[in-house]
Amino acid sequence: MRNPKDFWAGVIYIAFGLIAVIIALDYGMGTALRMGPGYFPTVLGVLLIVIGTVSLIRSFLQSGSPIGGFAIKGLLIIVGSTFLFALIVREVGLVIALPILVIMTSYASVHFRWGPTLALAAGITIFCVLVFIKGLGVPLPMIGSWFGG
Amino acid sequence: MELIANLGLGLATAITPANLFYCFAGVFLGTLIGVLPGLGPTATIAMLLPITFVLPPISALIMLAGIYYGSQYGGSTTSILVNVPGEAASVVTTLDGYQMARQGRAGVALATAAIGSFFAGTVATVLIALFAPPLSEIALQFGPAEYFSLMVLGLVASVVLAQGSLLHAIAMVVLGLLLGLIGTDVNSGMQRYTFDISRLADGIGFVVVATGMFGLTEIIRNLEREEQRSVMITKIANLMPTKEDWKRMVAPILRGTLIGSAVGILPGSGSILGAFAAYSIEKKVSKNSAEFGKGAIEGVAAPESANNAGAQTSFIPMLTLGIPSNPVMALMIGAMIIQGIQPGPSVIKEQPALFWGIIVSMWIGNLFLLVLNLPMIGLWVRMIMVPYQLLYPAILTFCAIGVFSLNNTEFDIHMMALFGLLGYVFSKLGCEPAPMLLAFILGRLMEEYLRRALLISRGDPMVFITRPISATLLALALLAMFAVLIPAFSKTREEALGGEGAS
Repeated sequence: MRNPKDFWAGVIYIAFGLIAVIIALDYGMGTALRMGPGYFPTVLGVLLIVIGTVSLIRSFLQSGSPIGGFAIKGLLIIVGSTFLFALIVREVGLVIALPILVIMTSYASVHFRWGPTLALAAGITIFCVLVFIKGLGVPLPMIGSWFGG
Repeated sequence: MELIANLGLGLATAITPANLFYCFAGVFLGTLIGVLPGLGPTATIAMLLPITFVLPPISALIMLAGIYYGSQYGGSTTSILVNVPGEAASVVTTLDGYQMARQGRAGVALATAAIGSFFAGTVATVLIALFAPPLSEIALQFGPAEYFSLMVLGLVASVVLAQGSLLHAIAMVVLGLLLGLIGTDVNSGMQRYTFDISRLADGIGFVVVATGMFGLTEIIRNLEREEQRSVMITKIANLMPTKEDWKRMVAPILRGTLIGSAVGILPGSGSILGAFAAYSIEKKVSKNSAEFGKGAIEGVAAPESANNAGAQTSFIPMLTLGIPSNPVMALMIGAMIIQGIQPGPSVIKEQPALFWGIIVSMWIGNLFLLVLNLPMIGLWVRMIMVPYQLLYPAILTFCAIGVFSLNNTEFDIHMMALFGLLGYVFSKLGCEPAPMLLAFILGRLMEEYLRRALLISRGDPMVFITRPISATLLALALLAMFAVLIPAFSKTREEALGGEGAS
């Protein structure tokens, strides 16, 4: 393999394309005059598989730059803390879920320091409660169900 | 003289105290996020979209528009003072703007950028007022076949104008179209690709995709190359360009405005491509081309005029056809739909106050921006010094709460996180998210128009070629595709788009 970017992109395209086509088998193709729900997705899925194959083949013919390291720490922290926030926000309420989100995400930075982070967490929490809950009426609990909110 | 009456109506709409306030709020926020590296207009507008639901439609759209063109002004400040583009469209401004700052001419560079942007904004506003009405007249005659062909042209253009590999841009378009089909099929009522998850029955919201791929992904990418920013000039002295400077900036501003306006209308580009094109053309035609890269005032004037002109003319396809030309316009269309306005050629007839109000507000907004960016430059210089580690947790929080408030469900926050992950993987593989988002929004519409067109033609695919407007649009799409294959063009494309885009 001479171009890892093309290779892995190709693999992803083929995977998405195959999933699309296989699932669409159940949808009914219909005819061009009266297209069934499976017609358009099947066409797109096949197209994606073709492009993926071209990308795969090209990855062996043309050399390209390496993918470069994944920022695993930042990736896990940002995606993970967002997931966690959505998971617990109703149970623990914004006043706890927001500081957790802010502190966790701040930890992803190389410049992480406790002092500014805690101040930031407090500031963002107060701002969000005032603007989103009180001001705009977003239906998120300030105190979660675990604490009788 | 209908134009003057229309502009009068627009002025009356835009100048109400409430709308003036939202226009100012929009351009202020726009300048702010333009100045801050790592936060672009797409993520900001996606984030703020839910908040605008409580506003009347006109105020909401005036503010959102202000954020977009305001960010073009703000982006140049950071480019000039820190050598980091505050906004993707200001990448080329770093080349000469920062050099000017190092020579102690930061004030002049900032003034040039602001003056160029203001002139370009004024011209672009007039262009929208002149060309939007006749275009919507034509668009009113569009049937499903024309709309389908128009979307094909839009997607092809977004592929041609995307950075990086063509093959991957096409793949991203197809993938975006597929993801857009998730949800209930309007014709058969069948649920497609929902995996029995009831939350997916209405499809994935485009705001979820946009905040994920433009908000979260950008944060992860910025954390990867976190570095200490140092602002080299904190005191800006002498904003006034000299007589010689004025003489040198006039032609580049004119050319930049022209190029930016033309390129801005093209789908998939918006302001970024215009800035690149204007810079490379200016470098070729200028008699001071030897100075480029060493602090030539032309190298600031041309791209800064072009990006502001492009940001505004990209409203033309959105306002007249209801077709987004870039992710920001897609979000504007979303805002209209949520406000109960069906975007398309009929907007100008059914909502004249809204249509002309937005246009006039753009000029007022540009006036605000001139004041915000010249006398108040010191404020923005201080904003640049806000460290990123205090910024991104706030961005993430607003994204999460904003996305939640669309449907009041945590499920959307989970989906946003997922798209953040997906966006990061794709960015590592050199795949651009912009064509995907565009296709994602057009996916369902395209399928719908394709079905209707073929139903009307009794299944005859020739309908796309026998109808003249549709045929012309498809021919243009084909032409664009072939142009890429011509070596000379593809070399220009690489040159113009080669620079690494920031947020």
